[in-house]
Amino acid sequence: MIPLSWYLVLSAALFSVGLFGVLARRNAVAILLGIELMLNSVNINLVAFWRYLDPTRIDGQVFAIIVFAVAAAEVAVGLALVISVYRRRNTVVAEEIDMLKW
Amino acid sequence: MTALQIIFLITAGVILASAVMVVTTRNMIHAALWLIVTLFGAAVLFALLDAGFIAVVQVVVYIGAIAILFIFAVMLTRREMRDRGAQLNSEWWLSAVVAALTFGGLFFLLSGWSGFSAHAPGLSSGTDTVQLLGAALVSPDAYVLPFEVASVLLLAALVGAVYVAFQKKGEE
Amino acid sequence: MTTELLIWLIPLPPVLAFFLIVLFTNRNKALSHTIGVGAAGLSWLGSMVVFARALGAERLAEHPFHSAIPWLPTGDTWFNIGVLIDPFGAAVLFFVAWTIFMIFLYSVGYHNFGQPKGDHDRAGLPPHGATVADEKTGHKHMVPSVEPMYSRFFAFLGLFAFGMYVLVVSDNLLTMFVGWEIMGLCSYLLIGFWYGKESARNAAVKAFMTTRVGDVFMLLGIAFLYSATGTLSFREIFTEEVLHVLATTATPVLGLSAAGLIGLLLFIGTVGKSAQWPLHVWLPDAMEGPTPVSAMIHAATMVSAGVYAVIRMFPLLSLDASTMTVVAFIGTFTAIFAASIAVAQNDIKRVLAYSTISQLGFMIAALGIGAYVAAAFHLITHAFFKALLFLGSGSVIHGMEHGVLHTGDHHVDPQDMFNMGGLRKKMPITFWTFLIGGFALSGFPLVTAGFWSKDEILADAFGHGHMAVFITLAIAAFMTAFYTMRQITLTFLGEPRTKEAEHAQETPWTMTVPLMVLAFFAVTYGWVGIPEHFPGLGGLVPNWFHDFVGHTLEHVPEAPEFSWVPLLTSLGVALGGLFFGWLYYRNVKSAKEDVFQIGVLKNKWYFDEAYNFLFIKPVYWISETLVYKWMDQTVIDGILHTFGKVTDWLGNKIRNWIDLPVINGFGDFVGFRTADLGGAMRPIQTGRVQQYMLLAMFLLLIVGGLLFYFLVMA
Repeated sequence: MIPLSWYLVLSAALFSVGLFGVLARRNAVAILLGIELMLNSVNINLVAFWRYLDPTRIDGQVFAIIVFAVAAAEVAVGLALVISVYRRRNTVVAEEIDMLKW
Repeated sequence: MTALQIIFLITAGVILASAVMVVTTRNMIHAALWLIVTLFGAAVLFALLDAGFIAVVQVVVYIGAIAILFIFAVMLTRREMRDRGAQLNSEWWLSAVVAALTFGGLFFLLSGWSGFSAHAPGLSSGTDTVQLLGAALVSPDAYVLPFEVASVLLLAALVGAVYVAFQKKGEE
Repeated sequence: MTTELLIWLIPLPPVLAFFLIVLFTNRNKALSHTIGVGAAGLSWLGSMVVFARALGAERLAEHPFHSAIPWLPTGDTWFNIGVLIDPFGAAVLFFVAWTIFMIFLYSVGYHNFGQPKGDHDRAGLPPHGATVADEKTGHKHMVPSVEPMYSRFFAFLGLFAFGMYVLVVSDNLLTMFVGWEIMGLCSYLLIGFWYGKESARNAAVKAFMTTRVGDVFMLLGIAFLYSATGTLSFREIFTEEVLHVLATTATPVLGLSAAGLIGLLLFIGTVGKSAQWPLHVWLPDAMEGPTPVSAMIHAATMVSAGVYAVIRMFPLLSLDASTMTVVAFIGTFTAIFAASIAVAQNDIKRVLAYSTISQLGFMIAALGIGAYVAAAFHLITHAFFKALLFLGSGSVIHGMEHGVLHTGDHHVDPQDMFNMGGLRKKMPITFWTFLIGGFALSGFPLVTAGFWSKDEILADAFGHGHMAVFITLAIAAFMTAFYTMRQITLTFLGEPRTKEAEHAQETPWTMTVPLMVLAFFAVTYGWVGIPEHFPGLGGLVPNWFHDFVGHTLEHVPEAPEFSWVPLLTSLGVALGGLFFGWLYYRNVKSAKEDVFQIGVLKNKWYFDEAYNFLFIKPVYWISETLVYKWMDQTVIDGILHTFGKVTDWLGNKIRNWIDLPVINGFGDFVGFRTADLGGAMRPIQTGRVQQYMLLAMFLLLIVGGLLFYFLVMA
């Protein structure tokens, strides 16, 4: 039987990888990819906890469904923003979009 | 080592490997495709966890919509970035350290939890999780409000995305 | 209206005139002189009424017109001030009112009212004439111009009249002194009327300073009197008890009794005010003022005030023999001293000035020997004929100035007698009135008032055995007649010596009418004091003056026994002086021929120079060098400058060592370091979202770790 810990470690690792992608990638779309990874790790976590703690309650899955919706919305808006910025500045390199610099 | 464990390990390895590829590959199309692999892996895991509906929703929504959206976005922003040049920014090693520390910290926290090595309880057959899920999503005693709010959120995101990315006639 | 109320009101019109003119009517000449002359007229009217009532009052001496009010609270008691008219006061009021009124009227003409404004007249300088074109022929000639400060003159004159009236009606030494000082101020203002002339300015200061010397001693006397008796009211002092106390109290000064010391101090005030030797130096210089002023000061009012004071205080003075001796000596000496100087003076007004000093000496001498009534008599007759002489000289000067304007030669002094001559034909009214005044001054027998009063002094001196006084005064009387005739001869008789004299003109009625009025009194006033035992005339007319005024004293002085010696002496000196004066001077054509132009006499016995050396120069040295240069500039300013420098140095040090480095430095340090800190922290805001995220994750790990450590582990 698979102990819970495996799932948790997996999701932690996935989360860290996604974090690395967010923090280290130059391309703005790649950053959003990293965020997707993180969201997925969260989902895995949620479903794992649902299954292992109290599968009779459906709340865990509901939470996961909501996370899906949020992730979709976020990706849509984020990519729209990236595309809009790309149109103005002709670049998707996150480092070059620094108009809030002092 | 049961069969399930082996499946789990293979799936986990695929997931992690493809995740690493997502964040390291230079070619953005490849990155999006590696994401799709990762998402598939996650769907398999959901299935393993007896959350079949979630697995299907993962495939349909994430892979079918979101990943495609990513590919579109990549295609639309390809002018300057011809997959040349570094794909990691200047402080990537610091990010690696932070990511590692994060993983370490999470592992440490989780390992101190009593239920860390818990086993899955049995699942009574005949439990129709989909029906339960559907009932929960529309029941006033349960989660109809977050459900509706989520739909409003999607509407807002929709409108917002269209507005942000909208191109007026003649503007290029 | 009660007499007392009327007496209170008499000084009021002139002071009202002063304020009205000063505040409101200064620009309007006609209105100002109307107010002035009107005020003098009102006071004259009041004085005449009071005099008439005084004549009719029963036993005025014992029950004089008196009214007092409590004025100054002095501890448990009150200091009262009030008015008092006893017989002497009534007689004085009579002549004061007449002479003041005449002088006011005279001033209208003297200052050329009605004449055009001068060509280049300035306020502060005497008017210099206006060019007028004849209507028909267009021929231009100069005429006298109106005085620019016309109204101011009447204002000052009003104030002067006020002071004199206050002095005369006072019933106590304090208000008398107030009137005294007001007149001192006005003499300063009026002598220095033409303040543009430096000589006038100096003369005004000299007058004020010299009389001040006298006033200080007088004030000391008043203070001593008050402290000794607790009162300054005449009626309370001149009582047997108070006088006895004063006479018997000894003082540490010169062995004098209190009465003697007080009397001496008060007398010194008179020495100043009535220009007796040694404080006589101001009076001749006071001729710088316009002639009505000279008449006012030197005949009608101010110098008479000095003698008035002595006469008032006579009961006190007569208590101490040594004081009386001093008084007699100074009076006699002054009489002959001033007469000797008058012989050598060429300015028509200067002769009269020294003559005044000399005549006042006569009065003071008379008082010194106890001739109370004679002194009062001579005071009054002298006021009339001296005022007449001064106004007459003013008329002469006016006529001469007319001549100067005609010839245009401004270097000719219109006041120099050697430039005159033959004016009897050109200015007849002036001539006859001046002649009357001059004869009165000389003591021309029988028909002039001066004869009766001077004769009485000489008779008193001889009759009471004061031979030295008698002889000296007789010699002085001879000199008086001599220089008076000299003056008349040079001015009026003979032929004009200069063109200016040829073109002299008689003056307008506003000037000649006062002359005639005063001449009338100069002739007739003597007849009210004819001694009883006078051969022929005595007994025909009662000696009203002696009875009336003499009763003012407790012990009515007796008229001296009649003796031929003083009468013949006085006749001799008067007629002899007049004759010799005429004899010598009718042939003298210029000052070079005049044998009496001796240096020491011309230069007034060099007293001015002596005072300058003894007093004035040292005082200047003390103030300019000792006090100003040494004490003020060197010591006091030195101390202050040192304070300043030390404070400045201290301030500098504080600023440079504490304020700038420490305080400013601290403030700047905080500011700059904060800015540096901010600048140092600025690079965090790179604008790159990934770096923000990195930082946030980093901090999250740290915070999470800390939380875990403190919450979970501890």
